[in-house]
Amino acid sequence: MNHETPTAPAHQAKADSPADRPAPVIAISGLSKRYDSGFEALKQIDLEIQRGEIFALLGPNGAGKTTLISIICGLVNATGGSVVVDGHDSVTDYRAARAKIGLVPQELTSDAFETVWNTVRFSRGLFGKPPKDSHIEQVLKALSLWDKRKNKLITLSGGMKRRVLIAKALAHEPEILFLDEPTAGVDVGLRRDMWEVVRELRNSGVTIILTTHYIEEAEEMADRIGVINGGEIVLVREKAALMRQLGSKQLTLHLQTPLASVPPALAHHPLTLAEDGNVLVYTYDASEAGDSDHVSISALINEIEAAGIRFKDLHTKQSSLEDIFVNLVRERP
Amino acid sequence: MNLQAVRSIYTFEMARAGRTLLQSLISPVISTSLYFVVFGAAIGSRIQEVEGVSYGAFIVPGLIMLMLLTQSVSNASFGIFFPKFTGTIYEVLSAPISYFEIVLGYVGAAASKSAILGLVILGTANFFVDLHIQHPFMMMLFLLLTALTFSLLGFIIGIWADSFEKLQLVPLLIITPLTFLGGSFYSIDMLPPFWQAVTLANPVVYLVSGFRWSFYGISDVSVIASLVMIGAFLAVSLAVISWIFRTGYRLRP
Repeated sequence: MNHETPTAPAHQAKADSPADRPAPVIAISGLSKRYDSGFEALKQIDLEIQRGEIFALLGPNGAGKTTLISIICGLVNATGGSVVVDGHDSVTDYRAARAKIGLVPQELTSDAFETVWNTVRFSRGLFGKPPKDSHIEQVLKALSLWDKRKNKLITLSGGMKRRVLIAKALAHEPEILFLDEPTAGVDVGLRRDMWEVVRELRNSGVTIILTTHYIEEAEEMADRIGVINGGEIVLVREKAALMRQLGSKQLTLHLQTPLASVPPALAHHPLTLAEDGNVLVYTYDASEAGDSDHVSISALINEIEAAGIRFKDLHTKQSSLEDIFVNLVRERP
Repeated sequence: MNLQAVRSIYTFEMARAGRTLLQSLISPVISTSLYFVVFGAAIGSRIQEVEGVSYGAFIVPGLIMLMLLTQSVSNASFGIFFPKFTGTIYEVLSAPISYFEIVLGYVGAAASKSAILGLVILGTANFFVDLHIQHPFMMMLFLLLTALTFSLLGFIIGIWADSFEKLQLVPLLIITPLTFLGGSFYSIDMLPPFWQAVTLANPVVYLVSGFRWSFYGISDVSVIASLVMIGAFLAVSLAVISWIFRTGYRLRP
């Protein structure tokens, strides 16, 4: 495994000029894919993945996530553009490029009649690594598969098969791991186990790129988030910055007596009425928060009281990544 | 050259056959024995010698060829179709290996299996008839080249097929008729002149003829023609496979 010091992701946000930035572990430029059917799955994608980060790729079904991963890993031929993996072109220097990558596919596939041990050992050999049973033992133990090593794959549950796929991807000690919707259809306990493994991998210097439908996972796990929609990268941002920039906050006031309309004295604020005039909602941008935020909120409340409106309760809510995501994808059909 | 990967695919495929040893070996041996009982002993005793060779012994090379062709095609086609069908092919395609190495692993294993099978059938035949092999080296050459060529054909079929029906179709509709009509059970001299001419268009005739020559020194067509034919077959199969990989046909969209 790569024991280089992982690049602190926080560093990347500050280093905006290309010269300061460390060389990306994956550099994708102008990547496009048009299938024989004429469907344009990817449109001129540019993307850089930094060494040692966890990058989450979010997007609705059919956005191009799996096509993108498939091209990087060599399952699909690109129509145009290039992918460079740690300095190796994924087409002209595919051996060096692919040797660094481990892929956990979305579909649960297995050689039904093989044992767990044999199938993981096969994966290691396939990637040209000499046998090293101690490593395979370590991987199987980390994924709680050790007790199942002699079982045939066909006898395993879906969650166990998913673990086997991860073990196969890790068998050759990759520096970059792709997880295509790894937790789809996996129960909560297993999901937690898997994220534990992912964290440990990242700590050992492995770069991780994942797609997921569980947005809260991206929110919890990722250092950076990319949103893909309609074959285009809509946005790539550090997660924290994304949450700050795009997250809007809402102040909700439950009124004592319903209002028919927002009083003219308050009309210059972005206020809306909801629930038959029983609730007053104030929406503001969290990125403008900071010090002035509390002042404006308290000023607003003073104004509301001055207007003679009484409320019995209030609460604030910050939008989740899911809201951000839904908004982004909806805006760009 | 990623020899580790080739070895992995090869041993993985051979292990698959090891698990199903019963089907892989016993059933061809039993069916060959049945051919000997029916054609060699029961019917063969009423048939006169063919060019100085008893009928029972005459059909041995043809029977081995019959098994060699069908088993090579079915082994190799299944070997690549199955991972395509289950989806595990993704791993082979994402591995740092070349097309040539993929073919070497899969086709090498399939050809090894059917060559071993051919030798087992040869051993079985020894129990039923008195065998003489005049040109053992040429016999092995024909055996290996045929196993290799038809394993390549099987590999192509396995990639082309997108359903189990199609996987069965080519062996059933093409390989089996060509083999039965390819002189496995008769010398083409026994046919009327018109059908003799038609038969010469059947590539399997050349394989059976050359193989039989290595046993008894008798042949329907010249040994050179047999070798040229099998060489041409090999070249066509290799050309198709290189086209498949160049274009990504049915493997890499």
